Amino acid sequence: MQKSLHIDPGKCTGCLQCESACSVENEGMVNPSKSRIKVFSFHDEGRFVPYTCTQCDEAWCMQACPVDAIVLNPENGSKDVLSDVCVGCKVCTIACPFGTINYNASSGKVVKCDLCGGDPQCVEACPTQAITYIDANATGLDRMRAWASKTDNASA
Amino acid sequence: MAWTKKILRVNLTSGSITEEPLNMEWANDYLGQRGLATRYLVDEIDPATDALGPDNKLIMTTGPLTGTVASTGGRYSVVCKSPLTNAVACSNSGGFFGAEMKFAGLDMIIFEGKASSPMYLNIEDDKAELLSADALWGKSVWEADKIMRTTHSDPQARIACVGRSAEEGNLYAAIVNDLHRAAGRSGVGTVMASKNLKAVIIRGTKGLGNLRDPKAFLSAANAGKKVLAENAVTGQGLPAYGTQVLMNVINEVGALPTRNMKETQFEGASNVGGEAMLEPRKSDGKPNLTTNGACFSCTIACGRISTIDRTHFSVKDKPEYWINSGGLEYEAAWALGPDTGVDDIDALTYANFLCNEDGMDPISFGSTLAAAMELYETGAITKDQTGGMELKFGSAEALCWAAEVTAKGEGFGKDLGLGSKRLCEKYGKPELSMTVKGQEFPAYDPRGIQGIGLAYATSNRGACHLRGYTIASEILGIPEKTDPLDAAGKPGLVKAFQDATSAVDSAGLCVFTTFAWTMDDIAPQVDAACDGNWTTEKMMEVGERIWNMEREFNSKAGLTGADDTLPKRLLTEAANAGPAQGKVNELDKMLPEYYQLRGWTADGTVTSETHQKFGLPG
Repeated sequence: MQKSLHIDPGKCTGCLQCESACSVENEGMVNPSKSRIKVFSFHDEGRFVPYTCTQCDEAWCMQACPVDAIVLNPENGSKDVLSDVCVGCKVCTIACPFGTINYNASSGKVVKCDLCGGDPQCVEACPTQAITYIDANATGLDRMRAWASKTDNASA
Repeated sequence: MAWTKKILRVNLTSGSITEEPLNMEWANDYLGQRGLATRYLVDEIDPATDALGPDNKLIMTTGPLTGTVASTGGRYSVVCKSPLTNAVACSNSGGFFGAEMKFAGLDMIIFEGKASSPMYLNIEDDKAELLSADALWGKSVWEADKIMRTTHSDPQARIACVGRSAEEGNLYAAIVNDLHRAAGRSGVGTVMASKNLKAVIIRGTKGLGNLRDPKAFLSAANAGKKVLAENAVTGQGLPAYGTQVLMNVINEVGALPTRNMKETQFEGASNVGGEAMLEPRKSDGKPNLTTNGACFSCTIACGRISTIDRTHFSVKDKPEYWINSGGLEYEAAWALGPDTGVDDIDALTYANFLCNEDGMDPISFGSTLAAAMELYETGAITKDQTGGMELKFGSAEALCWAAEVTAKGEGFGKDLGLGSKRLCEKYGKPELSMTVKGQEFPAYDPRGIQGIGLAYATSNRGACHLRGYTIASEILGIPEKTDPLDAAGKPGLVKAFQDATSAVDSAGLCVFTTFAWTMDDIAPQVDAACDGNWTTEKMMEVGERIWNMEREFNSKAGLTGADDTLPKRLLTEAANAGPAQGKVNELDKMLPEYYQLRGWTADGTVTSETHQKFGLPG
């Protein structure tokens, strides 16, 4: 079964545990500035929204890479950056419509979410289940269920 | 380890900025944040110095767990001498500013001297520079925040800033970070502004990775998070209602100070509590509360994010306040509400927004306004002073007006900025000031909750609930229930809470974790992060050392055992209603035993034996 990250911003409190966990996994230290998942705080609206790569099937970044440094991981469907192949040209960062692949100036390579090889640490760290890792075919199920519960058929 | 071991020293007089290593011997004795910064303060200033003079120093300080994944590991404190109390000040704040200090590689920033014109400090990792704040001076925190973000084009920088109240000399001005978190108490913002320092903006991208045993730390931190999630208070009550879960509870037990502490129950409590914040309002069907929000690394998320009803008189012509921002926490809601007799939740939220926008401690502001209302009702203050405003208990108009003029330091707002003690002295009725050591009370009446009275009287920073939160035991039964009306056993309870809290603060954790965590949950996290064999016993010893050090600072600043007291009202005027009816606070029964347990003389002086036992400075 292919799984995907499922983000429910309504449950996010903006604590940044996901950013810390991501940076611990990938950088070996707590460093939210290097996290591949970002929580955006819209202060005036009172909203927190975690955002990261959704692992497009026809990934723009993968298509755009001139040196084939971005490859499909057949195990979990993630698109992974081969950092020893990446030349840091940043074309992928232009190609990605969502801004979720980014250049890391200290390494000279791009970085993106690779689902931690199938065990995403942001999911483990999230205290409110705002980020879950679920069946890719069923990411809309919770929302469908919520709307279904509002359908009034009691009087029918 | 976990410490970055680096201090930034900023001399505002000369403009010099230097780095120095953290004193690791002191770190082993005082842990971090509150304890360690106070150790530096003791070393570097004369406790008798003028709090608003250039010889006072202002220290922004983190703990070893600040910036880690330990739940609530995001706290920072500001330490200096207080202009409100003339005692040591240590004001603790959450948000994201403290963690960002660590990510820029700093444990502490020590500000000394005074700039000749307004400045702000810009830190980008190893770069630190003082820049002119001419464009920021005279602006609110919220306005200044916008300007700095435009200037530095960095939406991810973290900012701590003072507002117009601090610039105007308001004695309980706060330092606000992340727009609505605050190092709130004791006038630390006033000290910052007295140095012509408007703000600190930080961007840290270096991260924090130097934990002693990263695997053991992760495991201890995860165990701690599980305890918080499974506890009814930290796992359910605080996320749903915030600290406002307490409003109705404290009213029920007859310890909700009302109308400048004349009464102990408020008839309008249910209109301004946590439950009321969830009630849909008539105008747009939305509740006051939009969502809960967390500080850095916090898995409790008690923070309130709220809106004001757009049709409310306070904001109907001010669309700039039709936003979400930090909403009512219990202490603020109490001071702005029951203590002033106002039960209009939108008026309270508006006043709270203004306290955040211009950096005022809402507890001291509300309590000072309550004193002013009593002075008005007794005729000591008249419309001549207020410029026509009727300063009556229960008036939402008076509350909103007072918040506006005090935030900007205009007209009668200057008087309100003096704090309750100086205001009541100025108008000839010092007995109406509900303060200890010049600092206003928080939201628990010591007639209905005996132990908290002793905690207020002996707090090293003046009346404060966060220096020994015996409410946990006396009301909530944590770690075990004690009778709130009985003074017996309270000296030991107060001392234990005071010592534990000193250690928790110094770790960089939030004291709210202790609704669920004992020191046995905390010590393993500190120990896995830090060198030094941090056992429960060592944490408690460090806590007690810190408490005694603060006490000795205060003694040298001129405070004595005579300052360990409560206003006459709470010692002689019995509670008028509720379960505590007929009770006064029995401080005289508790204080001698407390001094004895502390190893102090009968007049409250730290003995030389106690001084030596803890290896105190000086």
